[in-house]
Amino acid sequence: MRSGFFFFAGAALMLLGGWVGLPKALYKQQAQPLDFTHKAHVVKAEMDCTSCHDFRQDGSFAGIPRIDNCAACHAEPVGTTANEKKLVEKYVTPEKEIGWLVYSRQPINTRFSHAIHVRKAELKCERCHGEHGKTETLRPFEYNVVSGYSRDIWGRSISRLRRASHEGMKMDDCMDCHKEKGAEAGCLGCHR
Amino acid sequence: MAAGAKEMNKTNRKYRYGMVIDLDACTGCGACVVACAVENNVAPAPAKVNDRTSITLMRVFQVKDPAPMPARKTVFVPMMCMQCDDPPCEHVCPQQAVELDPRTGIVDQMVQRCFGCRYCMAACPYHARYFNWFDPEWPAGMEQTLNPAVAPRMRGVVEKCDLCHGRFHEAQDRAALEGSDNITYQPACAESCPAQAIRIGDLQNPEDPIQDQIRKPETFQFLVKLGTKPKMFYQSRRGWVKRLAERASPNGNSNRRDA
Repeated sequence: MRSGFFFFAGAALMLLGGWVGLPKALYKQQAQPLDFTHKAHVVKAEMDCTSCHDFRQDGSFAGIPRIDNCAACHAEPVGTTANEKKLVEKYVTPEKEIGWLVYSRQPINTRFSHAIHVRKAELKCERCHGEHGKTETLRPFEYNVVSGYSRDIWGRSISRLRRASHEGMKMDDCMDCHKEKGAEAGCLGCHR
Repeated sequence: MAAGAKEMNKTNRKYRYGMVIDLDACTGCGACVVACAVENNVAPAPAKVNDRTSITLMRVFQVKDPAPMPARKTVFVPMMCMQCDDPPCEHVCPQQAVELDPRTGIVDQMVQRCFGCRYCMAACPYHARYFNWFDPEWPAGMEQTLNPAVAPRMRGVVEKCDLCHGRFHEAQDRAALEGSDNITYQPACAESCPAQAIRIGDLQNPEDPIQDQIRKPETFQFLVKLGTKPKMFYQSRRGWVKRLAERASPNGNSNRRDA
């Protein structure tokens, strides 16, 4: 009886330790080079996603904006925040790119076309990226120490049980949506 | 979202890509082989490799007719994956790493699933599959020439021609943006051929110019008797070249280019 109690208590303790500790051990954090407020740009400056995350003339997605994109408005500080001062002094004036850490970066063998999903299938940015445009600060970039992949690929929830509809960018998450819409593709439809 | 879904369905038009290779036009220059390696990020071969352990997703065989020297003739035969409609490599794969894509007719190799048993290499009658005996290594600086549309493969997996799938993806994007469902593109081998001996087309489309080509009497296919239903067609007006098509190996027992 007594030994049974110790066994289960020990097991519960180990499981709890794993539950709490494993995500911490599995993911490492890295701070973004500069804190950026999407909210100020979207609400105060009344911009939308494509103002900076734009599409090229041929329709392909240009990805994370480059420094000349920022320089168009921030050649001189327009506000008073320390972050903006840092942006102008450290990046805009010397024309140095900001080494953003991309939360949604997919593994090298994955092919994703923003052109098809956003332009043609008319998906909203929020469908996969969540309400990133409403955040006031950039959360630290977390990556899996084994694979090097961003935590956003798996999603915040390790168990994946109660996750938001945009959360997770695993192959299964893509497949679920594709199945739902009857747009199933073969392996090399999304791999390369 | 419903409108989006409908839109996506519309683009799910099916294709059956195939190629016609004119052996009378081919000069054996090998530009296609080079273009293929560059397009598909095939790493430069280490010094220790031989004919068996190197990777060439396509190769050009030189075949001579049996006549004695002054009358001897030569033909060059570019060979790559025949994109069979009934691919033996797919049937033998224990990992389901090979898939005949029903939308394109292209035989896909999923290198992430492949564990390197090489059954598919034994099953392929065209020797169109290659095993990565070594990790790919690019000399310093040369990694900048890599094609971002194609992921490099690692040691221990089999790879093959996938009809320049990176280019197919680009064409798919282009078609989507133009609002058309007509995905046409040129694989690297066809684009680089100075004699324009390699042409690609959609075998499913009755209006594709490739239809006239495959109906010509000089068109033939290699090893049709095996029933793998290849989608690569060859053309030659020379009788002895056409008769090659049913031989097990172009040069007796050896499949070396210089044999």
